[in-house]
Amino acid sequence: MKKIALFIIAILTLNTQTLFSQAPKTEMAELMRSDGRIYVVIAVILAILTGLILYLIRLDRRIAKMENEK
Amino acid sequence: MKKHWWKILSVCLLAYTFIAGMLGPVPRLPLLQETIRNLYFHVCMWFSMMILFTVSVVYAIRYLRTLLPKYDRASRLYAGTGILFGLLGYSTGAIWASYTWADPNIPLLDSFSTIARDPKLIGAAVALLVYAAYMVLRDSINDIDKRARISAVYNVFAFVLLFPAIWILPRILPSLHPGNEGNPALDVKNDISSSMRIVFYPAVLGWTLLGVWITQLKIRLKKLEDKQFES
Repeated sequence: MKKIALFIIAILTLNTQTLFSQAPKTEMAELMRSDGRIYVVIAVILAILTGLILYLIRLDRRIAKMENEK
Repeated sequence: MKKHWWKILSVCLLAYTFIAGMLGPVPRLPLLQETIRNLYFHVCMWFSMMILFTVSVVYAIRYLRTLLPKYDRASRLYAGTGILFGLLGYSTGAIWASYTWADPNIPLLDSFSTIARDPKLIGAAVALLVYAAYMVLRDSINDIDKRARISAVYNVFAFVLLFPAIWILPRILPSLHPGNEGNPALDVKNDISSSMRIVFYPAVLGWTLLGVWITQLKIRLKKLEDKQFES
């Protein structure tokens, strides 16, 4: 009985030791968080560029449609 | 799709500018630091403005030679987009200057009076005002033919005025603004580093093509409006 209790305690302490030794890091989305998060800026400016270009393409199409109607 | 290749090229070049402009290697300079990347945006605005004004004056001369209204229309709208790019160049320059030229120890508004006296800024302001006067002049004449002819002649004058205002006078006077000697941004040997040049030149082309695209849309719309007005 004593042996089992010791064994359980040993496992528990080991467990807590491994728990404490684990560094609190979650390695996710490394690219977007590297280099001072410059990639976030790139994503933002590319989003703005895409929006503006899509707007221009829509205008272009609409004007082309009007030209064809004439 | 054949007609649209240059629009696709413009989008690709701009995407390249935005990505390579942020990530590409740049020389490490004191004071400028990372703001040197503004070269791909601020300077390109002025390059595009100059190209668009040149296109505008070419159309103005073609109008004077042929008296076809389509040339007058193109001349007017290219000048308009040129002004837009000039204003963008001016405002981006204002932001850039406030973090590089301005003395950080005194309030920004106090150093503004020193910055605003820079001859390059005054020259650019004069150039933009001359083109603003072109718009006012156009709208003040009711007769269509007279308006087209007078504004075409004025357009040539405005273009000629660009040269002393932004190329000659600011170089004679001492200025904080870089690029006073030689051919700034075009001098292959002494000016901007080669790692920046491979982004800068595509950027100029991309921005200019974007300006042409916007102007083309405006021209086509104006053409439709004019047709509707006639019928």
